[in-house]
Amino acid sequence: MLSDCAKEKIKKIYGNYSDLHSVSMTAMQIVQREIGHLTKEDLIEIAEMLDMKPIELDEIGGFYTMYNVERPVGKYHVQVCENLPCALVGAEHIITVIERHLKIKVGETTADKRYTLSRVQCLGSCGTAPMMQVNEEFYEDLTERNVIEILDGFE
Amino acid sequence: MAVEKILLHNVDKPNSHKLDTYLAGGGYEDLRKALAMGRDDLVQLVKDSGLRGRGGAGFPAGLKWSFIPKDPSLQKYLCCNADEGEPGTFKDRIIIEKDPHLLIEGMAITCHAINSDKSYIYIRGEFEYGAQILEQAIEEAYEKGYLGKNIMGTDFSLDMYVHRGYGAYICGEETALLESIEGYRGQPRKKPPFPALAGLNGKPTVINNVESLACIPGIIRKGSKWFANMGPEKSPGPKLFCVSGHIEKPGVYELPMGTTGREIIYEVCGGIKAGRKFKAVIPGGVTAPMLVEKDLDLSMDFDTMAQAGSMLGSGAVIVMDDTTCMVRTSYIINRFFSHESCGKCTPCREGTIWMTQILERMENGEGRPGDVEELERLCDNIFGRTFCPLGDGAVMALRGCLKHFREEFVYHVENGRCMVKGGF
Ligand SMILES: Cc1cc2nc3c(=O)[nH]c(=O)nc-3n(C[C@H](O)[C@H](O)[C@H](O)COP(=O)(O)O)c2cc1C
Ligand code: FES
Repeated sequence: MLSDCAKEKIKKIYGNYSDLHSVSMTAMQIVQREIGHLTKEDLIEIAEMLDMKPIELDEIGGFYTMYNVERPVGKYHVQVCENLPCALVGAEHIITVIERHLKIKVGETTADKRYTLSRVQCLGSCGTAPMMQVNEEFYEDLTERNVIEILDGFE
Repeated sequence: MAVEKILLHNVDKPNSHKLDTYLAGGGYEDLRKALAMGRDDLVQLVKDSGLRGRGGAGFPAGLKWSFIPKDPSLQKYLCCNADEGEPGTFKDRIIIEKDPHLLIEGMAITCHAINSDKSYIYIRGEFEYGAQILEQAIEEAYEKGYLGKNIMGTDFSLDMYVHRGYGAYICGEETALLESIEGYRGQPRKKPPFPALAGLNGKPTVINNVESLACIPGIIRKGSKWFANMGPEKSPGPKLFCVSGHIEKPGVYELPMGTTGREIIYEVCGGIKAGRKFKAVIPGGVTAPMLVEKDLDLSMDFDTMAQAGSMLGSGAVIVMDDTTCMVRTSYIINRFFSHESCGKCTPCREGTIWMTQILERMENGEGRPGDVEELERLCDNIFGRTFCPLGDGAVMALRGCLKHFREEFVYHVENGRCMVKGGF
């Protein structure tokens, strides 16, 4: 069920676009932000609001990698950049350190559902590499030591 | 190398992202000046400046604007490309986060020039912080009357919105970006028609990169000659270079277009990390074929880089020292392209996956005889046969690496390991 708050936020941006179809990407982001992922039911409800077919939203959800449709992630989604500038200065090592520390492999979620680990492509922080994004925050200039402090520092 | 900063003029000031800081430095005065100018004069001024698009292709900005039909009854749009997806690039982010009003002012001037009253900033979803800064800045600009109805008492009105992408490199390609704003999968459109005639919602649309738009207020303030006289004649102006990889002082540097790779690496950025030896440099994001020692004294501008068989692209300079394994480097680059292929056309969708599979087994010491030749054949079969430049980009990057370091690939296949000691 979409929350009233999410519905309000979605309606507020109708005026930004010339038609409702354009609202879809942002609407899905607003809903995902609430619990970290989207369900098929969410898509059906959003589709109803925007006069679209649920399959159209499903297409969007499958194409853009940040949407988690029917793919719950842990409370902290740890996304480490694997692209070249980061790799040149130790990204693979950082990934190994995180895997060992959290005792999961890339693509997995810890049993307590706190952490999910993913590899991602360049996030535009190559000058402060290696780096990772956890939920919506960037953490840059990672080292073997500070990455563990960062992960353990979450409440 | 001390140069006057135009694009990064404000970024070190405290609260540089606030309107008050921007106004204290003379902000929005260039918009006032531009609004007093005729549209044609404004387009001509930008043409005369020689500004070429900073998003990668280097298309002349003034010329692009001049393609927009003049019919006042037509809705026209400006879309700012803030997708910043080319690996190695982190220059637009600094403007977005530290000097958003410079971008907003540049966009407002551009909208006046093309007679548009509606504009979008398409920002990649990962830049949530930047998107929020932009939204706050836009709100401030509305409050003070720099956006909205009848700006500065003229008949020019402009609305501006932030639209977030959500994880797709291809949406940096301008027509995929438009698809994405319209709420579809970000797959490129067939050109022609070009966006200047049929873009967003089928209406005339200009798409410009953040840095291109951020150059506009400076051109108004200091004149087209000032801009045209900086750097090479056909590719002038200030340029943001993003330097990363094996380098002592990585970062974003504003330098005149045409600065050489050697100057950037050794004079500006303090040389190769830990005093090691230079091996290769990618001058314009991972799509740009790599260059070697003998190319370091070339002028870093659109035309010279193209003549050297590479490209200036987004100005993302990725430096590699002599511990760098080129098979591994190619594998990482290709893995990116296969991950980001949008799936619309077969040569790119299938081809980039095949290339990545071959490179992966080479990297793992399981390369097979004939793999290097197979890679070259794949390159020939993909290049020029893809719907958009993404597939070509994957080929260009790999060919660039094979051109200089083919023996490393052969060695990997024959010996099941790296030729290079130390490997990153
Ligand atoms: C695969 C691909 C990705 C691109 N990514 C970006 C990008 O992230 N940012 C950008 O400004 N331009 C990008 N471009 C270039 C745009 O298509 C377009 O040329 C540019 O935004 C035009 O603005 P400019 O003339 O101001 O450079 C990309 C092009 C391709 C083919
Ligand atoms: S390569 Fe990791 S942020 Fe750019």
